[in-house]
Order: sequence, then C-alpha cells, then structure tokens
Amino acid sequence: MTDQPLNRRGFLARAASLGLTTALVTTLAPRLAFAEWNKAAFEGKTPADALKSLGVADAKESADIQILASDIAENGAVVPVQAVSKIPGTTQISVLIEKNPSPLAAVFEIGPDMLPDVTTRVKMGQTSNVVVLVQAGGKHFTATKEIKVTLGGCGG
Amino acid sequence: MGNPMKIRATAKDGVTEVKVLMSHEMETGFRKDSSGNPIPAWFIAEVTAKLDGKDVMKAQWGPSISKNPYLSFKIKGGAAGGKVAITWVDSKGDSRTDQATIA
Repeated sequence: MTDQPLNRRGFLARAASLGLTTALVTTLAPRLAFAEWNKAAFEGKTPADALKSLGVADAKESADIQILASDIAENGAVVPVQAVSKIPGTTQISVLIEKNPSPLAAVFEIGPDMLPDVTTRVKMGQTSNVVVLVQAGGKHFTATKEIKVTLGGCGG
Repeated sequence: MGNPMKIRATAKDGVTEVKVLMSHEMETGFRKDSSGNPIPAWFIAEVTAKLDGKDVMKAQWGPSISKNPYLSFKIKGGAAGGKVAITWVDSKGDSRTDQATIA
C-alpha cells in the first residue's frame, strides 16, 4: 500500500483480466480487495438472499449431510460446527446461520485432494437453525440442525 | 500482520488432518462501541491451504466466524515431514501465512 498509483493499476489489470469490469468501482475500496470473495452472498440479510447470490435455485434435503454440533450452545460467540458430506462428488460446503444478521458464515471449496469434512466455530446471535449447503455434481443439497443458544454471541 | 497461527497437521492412514487456530478479532460490523458508534467490520475473508506447495483448500468466510477462528479439515495424502501452509486475507487487505510440518 506504499505506492498508491501502481497499486491501483495492478488492481485494475487484475480485475479486468477476471472480467470484473462492472465491479471496478467497488474494488477500488481497500476493504473489498478480494478477487473471489462473494460479497453479495456474505452481505445477504436473509438465508434466501445468500442462497440466491450463491447461485442456488433448488436445494434438496439430504440425509447424506451430517452436521455435528451440540444441541445447546452455552456461549453463542463460539459454537463448534462440523459439516460432513457423504454425497459423491462434493465440491463445495457452505454454512449458514439462519437468524444471524448476515446468515452466510463460510464457503469451503472442496478440491479433489480434500475430504468433504470441515470443522469451524461460528457466532450465533440467538437460537437458530444451522444450514449446511453442499454442492455436488452441479446440484445443491441441504441439511438443517437447530442449535439452542443460551447466551448470544453478537451483542455489544 | 497479525499474530502467528497455531497449526497442527497429523498424517494417519493416508489422510492428513489439519487443525488451525488463527488470531483475529473477527469484528462483525454490527456492534457499537461505548459511545454508540458502529465498530467497522474487520474479519478474515479468505483462507487457503497448501500441501507441499500445491493448493488443497480454499474457503471464503464472513463475520459470523468466531473471534480467533478455529478451522480443521482433512487432506487426502500427505506424509510425515510434508509441509502444510495456511494463508488468510482479512477485510482490510492484511494477510498472514504460516507453515507447519506434518507429524
């Protein structure tokens, strides 16, 4: 960030090469300096908004997705969630917290060298359904688990 | 630059399990400070992992991930002595890379 003009030029070239010309105005702001980060999906205010921005039109419930998390979280600031997909050809696993102000928590790209099994910790403002969305062979599948929160994680 | 990550990578039966603990505020942008001003969002947005220099994992995160994020995932292959490198980029454009040897 020391050489502003050069930085900006590099940025423009990178954005243009990725075909992001329409997003140029927003990419000039430093905090949005990501080529791939799906801004629309992460800033979606409802699960439906987030799913739409992820390109999900029709997601089927699947029993082959496991959400491993406790039923009750004492501290909503740190809720461990493990998502495991047994659907062959899983290429993406996303985690959404339905009632959070921005529901989409994470999108994991599952490459050919990875097992579809990821664990992380999320914040939950209140008791909510946690939705795991799996993309496999161009189709989408979901599983839902309710986690009760006794102490919120998004308060000031 | 942030503080160093803690990375543990263990190979067993042809699968390498990687556990990462990052040090980051993960500010949502929804909170307000004591005088009522909104605290701007500041969170890790992209995480990538390499096994022996080859990309194996890529993730996009939002501010719903907990403060000081924990991540664990499993890679096919990898052997003791191999290197796992993790990189994160946050919403201010800051980034950090740390490496661990597979045990």
